[in-house]
Amino acid sequence: MELKYILESLLFSAQKPLSPAELREVFANAAEQEDADATVKSLKKIKEGELNTALEQLAQDHEAAGRSYRVVCVAGSWQFVTQPEFAPWLKALVGVKARPTRLSQPSLETLAIIAYRQPLTRAEIEQIRGVNVDGVMQTLMERGLVEATGRAEVVGRPSLYGTTTLFLEYFGLKGLEDLPAADELRKIVVVKPPSSPVTADADLATSPPEQLQMPEGGEQKSEAGAPAA
Amino acid sequence: MSEYKVKFEVFEGPLDLLLYLIKEEEVDIYEVNLTKLATQFIEYIEMMREFDLEIAGEFLVMASTLMYIKSRELLPVDQRAETEEDEEGADPRWELIRQLVEYKKFKDVAAQLQVLEERQEGIFPRVPGKLEFENTAPVPKPDVSIFDLLNAVNNVLKRFEKRDGTRDIFEDKWTVSEKIEYIIRILSSHEAIRFSELFEDAMSRSEVVCTFLALLELIRLKQLICAQSEDFGEIEIRKRPTSVVVPVAPETPHLTPGTSS
Repeated sequence: MELKYILESLLFSAQKPLSPAELREVFANAAEQEDADATVKSLKKIKEGELNTALEQLAQDHEAAGRSYRVVCVAGSWQFVTQPEFAPWLKALVGVKARPTRLSQPSLETLAIIAYRQPLTRAEIEQIRGVNVDGVMQTLMERGLVEATGRAEVVGRPSLYGTTTLFLEYFGLKGLEDLPAADELRKIVVVKPPSSPVTADADLATSPPEQLQMPEGGEQKSEAGAPAA
Repeated sequence: MSEYKVKFEVFEGPLDLLLYLIKEEEVDIYEVNLTKLATQFIEYIEMMREFDLEIAGEFLVMASTLMYIKSRELLPVDQRAETEEDEEGADPRWELIRQLVEYKKFKDVAAQLQVLEERQEGIFPRVPGKLEFENTAPVPKPDVSIFDLLNAVNNVLKRFEKRDGTRDIFEDKWTVSEKIEYIIRILSSHEAIRFSELFEDAMSRSEVVCTFLALLELIRLKQLICAQSEDFGEIEIRKRPTSVVVPVAPETPHLTPGTSS
């Protein structure tokens, strides 16, 4: 009996998504039963690595089979889910999911910053976004997507924030490493381009005359220079 | 006045506005002309003021940063305050661009999260049926007599006896039929409710009486059962287990506190 099919049967019948740790427990308990045969016993102390490999394999099998459902890992736990293109019928079947309203643009931006840079303080978030985030943070905390994870060892010991398990579930992510472009955004290193930023024409020691004029004149000039606004 | 054909968007903050202006120019962030950008930024703030929009302090801070960058450019290179750069350790222009690039990346990734959010709305998990029968706790025996109920309601009414002295007189806002619907509504979302909970929100003696009459009526119509899990325990009200489909509004005449007792 292949391990992946044993796992498939477990996930198929499970009442909730199962993590590799929980699956290991199932294998251990199965081997404890009186009528456990050699196969069951041999899997008693299966390693998490083996489980993960088998689970990945199972997921790939389902992907290749192209059926209407998949085996996926969300927030570290495995489960069967349907493919999004079948949503119209499923919505009619089970009713629209009791899902909170979609997140606003400021919420998404703030959430993205926290997700990639956690743990970080409110001030650090504000520095990146350039605006106050009090209201947005309140919303994110209330929705349980973000939580205080500790305190920064700096003056005032401000709270540090991070994302929750619910965050991963909400976006259907396996883990934080599953975030889009995770490696790149975790620590953004902005490489200074060879030329310095353009402020004025390079060959002028001072700026062009238009900038020396009074604001009104300057406005008109720059407007003329700008592409159709 | 100058004519703007720009669709006026609400910007999250100064960085958002700057990115928008850069996008309008169709240039790379690294190649943007900050002097021009400063002018456009100020124009925008002017426009916001004309529209009587509240201008957040962050916009003004950014405006002053831009003006600083612009004014600095007016000086010949050898006359610029070098100390400033040494202290801050960074060229203000470069600092601004770095901030813009960083913000842009997060803005882009926020858009990707939004796609994931929408996608996730269409994904349904498999919810298998229960594998075994849940060992349901034995339903307490329905052995509450009318006297137990009366005792219980008397206890509730004691709450209102204590008030004396001046009294306000209100019109009776409650009807028994209203309260019947109230109880049915509660029990459609809860398995069972404790007797005292039913009266928790009651404001006056007459409201308690109404609720109590509604309760008796529902018991008479065999829609509810009252049960006590132990002697002198709290009385529990639950729906009759083998619930026949019940019309929500029983065809009893419109009840007032006087008629059904």
